Amino acid sequence: MSLAAKAGWRLRTPSVIPGFGLTLGFAVTYLTLIILIPLAGVFWRTSELGWSEFVALVSDPRTKSALQLSFGASLIAAAVNVVFGTIVAWVLVRYSFPGRRIVDAVVDLPFALPTAVAGISLAAIYAPNGWVGQLLAPLGIKAAFTPLGIVIALIFIGLPFVVRTVQPVMLEIDREVEEAAATLGANRFQTIARVILPALAPALLTGFALAFARAVGEYGSVIFIAGNIPYFSEIAPLLIVIRLEEFNYAGATAVATIMLVISFLMLLLINLIQAWSRRRFGYGA
Amino acid sequence: MALDIVREETVLGPARLSTAKRPFKRPTTEGPVAKAVLMTLALGFLGFFLVLPLAAVFIEAFRKGLGEFMLALGDPDTISAIKLTLTVAAIAVPLNLVFGVAAAWAIAKFEFKGKTFLITLIDLPFSVSPVISGLIYVLLFGANSMLGPWLKSHGIEVLFAVPGIVLATIFVTFPFVARELIPLMQDQGTGDEEAAISLGASGWQTFWYVTLPNIKWGLLYGVLLCNARAMGEFGAVSVVSGHIRGLTNTMPLQVEILYNEYNFVAAFAVSTLLAGLALVTLVLKSFLEYRYGDEIAGSAKH
Repeated sequence: MSLAAKAGWRLRTPSVIPGFGLTLGFAVTYLTLIILIPLAGVFWRTSELGWSEFVALVSDPRTKSALQLSFGASLIAAAVNVVFGTIVAWVLVRYSFPGRRIVDAVVDLPFALPTAVAGISLAAIYAPNGWVGQLLAPLGIKAAFTPLGIVIALIFIGLPFVVRTVQPVMLEIDREVEEAAATLGANRFQTIARVILPALAPALLTGFALAFARAVGEYGSVIFIAGNIPYFSEIAPLLIVIRLEEFNYAGATAVATIMLVISFLMLLLINLIQAWSRRRFGYGA
Repeated sequence: MALDIVREETVLGPARLSTAKRPFKRPTTEGPVAKAVLMTLALGFLGFFLVLPLAAVFIEAFRKGLGEFMLALGDPDTISAIKLTLTVAAIAVPLNLVFGVAAAWAIAKFEFKGKTFLITLIDLPFSVSPVISGLIYVLLFGANSMLGPWLKSHGIEVLFAVPGIVLATIFVTFPFVARELIPLMQDQGTGDEEAAISLGASGWQTFWYVTLPNIKWGLLYGVLLCNARAMGEFGAVSVVSGHIRGLTNTMPLQVEILYNEYNFVAAFAVSTLLAGLALVTLVLKSFLEYRYGDEIAGSAKH
């Protein structure tokens, strides 16, 4: 703690407000103990494996198909969420209708509802005898216990990320810009496609990346509806749990490392998009 | 076509154009048909993907009547799961609250190098899969780690015991309070605190009488979200808990066990408590945003 406080003292701008050493020291110590050291452990364990063993573990066909499924389903779900999330945000920002405030609150439901609850509920709805499942069955569509069910769960979990990222940026859009476009002869479609959507692009990208990142790691809401059939509907986070239950720590760590590296790359990408957006449009997405 | 309109307008004037040809239509909004289509799409999507699963929880729970529902909630294992969930939240939330206030004080009230990096590190747990959040503690305290056997020889069990569950919960709920307070306190600046200090207040007095009243609603907002996640966390807790009935089962884990035993009524009965918690959280959150929107920096972001 004293080290952090001392280093910070030299690096900070002078101020009359007290408590810098205490608060920063406490925050950094707590962060290091709870987050950084345990996370570093994963990479340390991986480095113990050696490169060839790591490659062997990761290129195991079951691991590969789980990773492919996780990333593929997350991409589809995030894409669906970008489209519908934008429409939901637009309706919430631009139209006034009775119950708008309630609808706005409902958007946050996936943040608030525990994932296990969402999971069993979705499984019950989409099971062959469930409300939606029995409507889909005559059409020959199986949702529960297939990759389609996984996508449905990931759409549920990812929607608020897109809406809550796009909504504040939509509020910022100046009506005068749209009026200018209309006066210059643009029809409504042209105004939306050429004026509004480009301004929303960074927010849409950020929302997509956030929804995607969350979906890749999601566990609770997926495992009940997925059916968890190896090589078919088994997601990467579940494979980590299975490897741990087999006490195959090396296998679990290898899958975790891949997922961690990709989520850190996503984090970096989101930060780059926001920096680009601040330069280009003057506000962060 | 665009050119035609412009020419017409210059010759005939805007009044003629808007009244004679068609009723005036605002150029900065969609027509009634497009509006209806968008509204239907948005509300239909939300109803189908979000409201339907919530409704299903309550309907499935009462499928066999109130008696079965109450019976399921009276089960001793379920009651101990409820107690454990409350205990874990009662430890994890205050710890993250203290951290959040300390981190926000350092970050918002002072200028120092590496601040942006520190904020990124605080947000880190949000980008880590819950399962990995559990895995890291298994690697740290597991049987073939350095710490695990040493702690065990001193009679401290972390993994498959309450401390492990608390640690995993702290990890996943770590950023909530801090990320609410940091933008709020940055917006408020340092003027109030500098005034208090120059009038002779001590650091603690400044915090209690100046800063805390300024941030109380934002703090409550962060605690609300932190608590909802702490009580509902499933993935991370599932990995470290060991699923010992009556001892290391939290409510979400109890839901899983009951569901896997095909005891659907009981699984959904426990779920109604968690869904109720989610609804209370949403109502309080919306109320805070509505009533104290200006005093909650993150209101538009969550």
